[in-house]
Amino acid sequence: MMDKYTKLQMAGIYLAITVFLIFILLPFFEMFMASLRPLNHLFRSPYQFWSDDFSFQAYSDMWETVPLLGRYIFNSVFIATSVTLITMVFVVPAAYAYARLDFPFKNGSLAIFLGVNMFTGAVLLIPLYRVLRSMSLLNTYWAMIIPGVAFLIPTGIWLLRSYLEKIPRELEEAAFVDGASRMYTLRRVVLPLATPGLIVVGTAVFIGAYAQQFLFAITFNQQRELQPLPAGLFEFIGYQDVTWNQMMAAALTGILPVMVIFLFLQKYLVAGLTAGAVKE
Amino acid sequence: MAEATHATAPTEVTSATKRTSKSLPESVFAWLLIGPAMLFIAVIVAWPLAETIRLSFMEAGLGGEEYVGLANYQELAESRKFHQTIVRTFYWMFLSVGLKLILGLIGATLLNAAVPGRGLFRVLVMPPWIIPMAIGMIGWLWLYNGYFGVLSGTMMSLGITDGPFEFLAYKQSAFYSAVVADVWVGTPMVTLFFLAAMQGVSRDLYEAAWVDGAGRWYRFRRITIPQIMPVIVSMSLLSAIFTFNSFEIIWILTEGGPRSATTTLIVDTYKTAISNFKFGEGSARAVIIVILLGIFSLLYLNVLKYVNRKYGTK
Repeated sequence: MMDKYTKLQMAGIYLAITVFLIFILLPFFEMFMASLRPLNHLFRSPYQFWSDDFSFQAYSDMWETVPLLGRYIFNSVFIATSVTLITMVFVVPAAYAYARLDFPFKNGSLAIFLGVNMFTGAVLLIPLYRVLRSMSLLNTYWAMIIPGVAFLIPTGIWLLRSYLEKIPRELEEAAFVDGASRMYTLRRVVLPLATPGLIVVGTAVFIGAYAQQFLFAITFNQQRELQPLPAGLFEFIGYQDVTWNQMMAAALTGILPVMVIFLFLQKYLVAGLTAGAVKE
Repeated sequence: MAEATHATAPTEVTSATKRTSKSLPESVFAWLLIGPAMLFIAVIVAWPLAETIRLSFMEAGLGGEEYVGLANYQELAESRKFHQTIVRTFYWMFLSVGLKLILGLIGATLLNAAVPGRGLFRVLVMPPWIIPMAIGMIGWLWLYNGYFGVLSGTMMSLGITDGPFEFLAYKQSAFYSAVVADVWVGTPMVTLFFLAAMQGVSRDLYEAAWVDGAGRWYRFRRITIPQIMPVIVSMSLLSAIFTFNSFEIIWILTEGGPRSATTTLIVDTYKTAISNFKFGEGSARAVIIVILLGIFSLLYLNVLKYVNRKYGTK
């Protein structure tokens, strides 16, 4: 009863939501529209909303204009997957320690991890460039994977910690009582229980890893074959002209992997992400 | 023997007090678990950070480096251009964060309304948050295009402008266009955090107020806002940090131009160090960013502590 709206109020709410969503989705809509138009039509001025020559031609032409496009998409997924796996290897034990154990310098060290979140790569690019060069990792996949991992470890620890805290302690304690070692308890008791949390955090890390590639790619990698999509997309900006329609088609294709994963897991993701950071 | 005594011990024995024999002490085990992550961060973040500080006292380029003391900082202190950059960065940050908070609050309130379809709306808000920023900015480049973009096109057909309007070609419009794009990227996260917080507010509070005859606006002001205050505070500081650091958006839209109109501290640092190979001068700028961010972070932690104490957490 409290939540009952009059017809007018309902209309107002929907209208406001529509305006809000137009702001959020307009770029995607326009990218899609542009991807459907033949190039010469695209360059018709002034802007026309509707035209009768929409086609999906750009989605097949784009692979020819930028022959490495498939490779770029593969690189993006490959880098994001590697970053996710490596990040989780570091994150799982650390998150467990913060969720369950008591030890000296606990809050201090957690603050250090979270402090990393305050800096983006841009501040550290200069020395990072030199570190990677001295390890001769520039222009390799590692040049994009290693910094990616470093900047996702803190988020991962933070999210997984709050998930682990919700798992009841009793089972672990029972295992302890039965004489299981700490490592055994972590592997055989805690991790199986935490699997849903691991999937949510892993997905969040993957999305982050997929999203953050541009800066590291343009700074640490000059090798075209290794470039991820966000950097590779700019090849559509040619010497003579920009094939906007194909660029948009490629951009939309490039966000497909994350959108699919997101749509499958959105319910858990939203809850997991927001719960983790709202707490404390 | 030890097991036997533990088995009969009271259940509130915590893991901290038990099993001192046979397995590792808790603190050693904990540090073994944290160690690898800590080491990784140390090599990839902490050490470069220290290097940045060292380099900021150097004249360093592609050739070599030479100690110059505080010269890099002195140059910045005297540079009018750099002062403008700082002012611009803060203006950028306050404007953008303010808009994100307002839009986030409006968006969350709308999505929290008990209307059919709100689950779908929540999903539709997400995309700008989860896609690569660089790809989102390609969309905005297209929107802002003067000849073929929808914004300029609409303005022309409405008669607001006579000819094509290139949003990114003029100092003022480029700056505000970048702000709008940044707000677009940041709003979904703020919205969803506010929404999560709003959904955590106890219904009893609303019902009690409703029974007493409180209207919607009153309930929003007197219940919703105070209840989600901790989240509002933490989101405003978090998004201040993100906005301050925002690089890709500006870089892709304008590369800091036209005529430095969109050059924030972070863009200035990148241009100096990476584009012009002035590592020393770039590092001095980076150190200033680190100091400012450090102040933010301390502020963030303290304000959060204060707000949590005042409003309590669940």
